[in-house]
Order: sequence, then structure tokens, then C-alpha cells
Amino acid sequence: MPLLTRTFIKTAMICFTLALTLGITLAAGVTSGLFPIYIHLLVFGWLTQLIFGVVFWMFPKYSVEQPRGSETLGWWTYVLLNIGLLLRAIAEPIQSTESNPFSGWMLVFSAILQFVAGLLFVVNTWARVKER
Amino acid sequence: MPRLSVWFVRASLIYLLLGFFIGALILAHKGIPYYAPIWNLFPLHMEFLLAGWLVQLAMGVAFWIIPRFSSGSPRGPVGLVWLSFALLNAGILITALQCWFPVSVLIGRTAEVVAGTLFVVGSWLRIKPHGVM
Repeated sequence: MPLLTRTFIKTAMICFTLALTLGITLAAGVTSGLFPIYIHLLVFGWLTQLIFGVVFWMFPKYSVEQPRGSETLGWWTYVLLNIGLLLRAIAEPIQSTESNPFSGWMLVFSAILQFVAGLLFVVNTWARVKER
Repeated sequence: MPRLSVWFVRASLIYLLLGFFIGALILAHKGIPYYAPIWNLFPLHMEFLLAGWLVQLAMGVAFWIIPRFSSGSPRGPVGLVWLSFALLNAGILITALQCWFPVSVLIGRTAEVVAGTLFVVGSWLRIKPHGVM
């Protein structure tokens, strides 16, 4: 299993654990801006990140020289996805309780990072989705 | 990867991009409000990412990976699964019209249920132990 896949999967597992822990917090009645974080840690940080890692590992080879496409694009996907998710996890509760320009722009920046992460993943994966 | 899986997976990648794009627009609006009606796209964000990305990717990879038959059509009734692909995507797109036509949710979801059922019927016998024909 390549290093990038291991990094994706282990980070996904951390997100999974964090999401479940956050679920307890929500069940205890602390809700301020945390519900969207809970959902996105599960669906984006856990499920989607796990898929990204496994796709990079298991999908058909791109070429003999570059069997997994561009490893650099793969790492950029990883970095942007997780920085975007982290910024959101910090800024969204602040924005929902004490809205201010700094947390507001953090959310905008987070939105851009997460979208670009998805775009890079699709660019790097598209050519590997092919008939044998 | 069989042709049908290529279609499933590529469609799922397109929905991933669309879903991420809408999600980014909504998240940016949460940060710096710029256009309140952007929230009308929230159901599309969920539909594209849950049904379009996650469900569709799982169906495409399952069709590719699960055991094949050693005689006859190796992946079973492929026509049925093609129909499932068509109905799933029709269902997602019809559901996406809900901002303008609320009844489209019922029609779209029905198409998705039929798509899911056809996929299950088309794949059921492939879930078998190693060595079984």
C-alpha cells in the first residue's frame, strides 16, 4: 500500500474517531455550530478521504511509468482537503456564535481549499477510470 | 474495469465536483454572506454527494469487483444494471429540479429506488463463495 494511501486512510480514521466523539458532545446538548462539523468529519473526513486513499491505491494503472498518475497531485489533494476541513472545524463554531470577519474569511478560504482538493482528485483519477 | 463501471465511476466523479462546488458556495456564504438564496441549493449538495458520488461510486466498483460467473455472462444480467445506471442518474437529475418543481422529489426518488432494486437483482447471484459457478 503506497505511503499516500496509508496517510489518507490513517487521517480518515482519525476523522472517524473525532466525529464519533463529537457525536457524544452533540448528544450531551452542546450544539453551537458543531453539527455541520460532525457530518463533514464523517462524510468528508472519513468516507470520502478513505475512498480517495483506496482509489489512489487500487484503480487501474495510468501508465507503466506513472502507475498511479501524479503522486504530487495526490499529495496536494491530501493537504488541501485536510487543511480545508481543519479550518472549517475551527472557524464554523466561532462564526455561528461570535461572527467576525476573520472566521468568516477562514470559512471562505476553507471552501476554496476543499473544492480545489476535489478538483485535483478528479483530474488525477479521471484517466485511470478506463476499460481494460 | 468493465465499460459500465467506467460510466458509473466517471458519473460519480462529475457529481463529486458538482457537489463540492455547491458545498463551497454555501460554506463561503456562511463565512461572508453574499447571496441568501444560495441555500436553495443545499438539497442538491446532499443529493449529488450522497446519491451521485457515494452511492454511484459504490455501485460502479461493486459491479467491477464482486465475483464473476465462470459460464455465461461473467457479470450476470448486464442490461439490467445498465438500466439501473440510467434510472439512478435520471432520478438524481429529476430530484435536482425540486427547487422549481417540488413534485420532482417523489418522481426522482422513485426512479432511484427502482435503480437500486435493479442493481440488487442484477448483482444478487454474484455474491457467492469462491468456486461456485
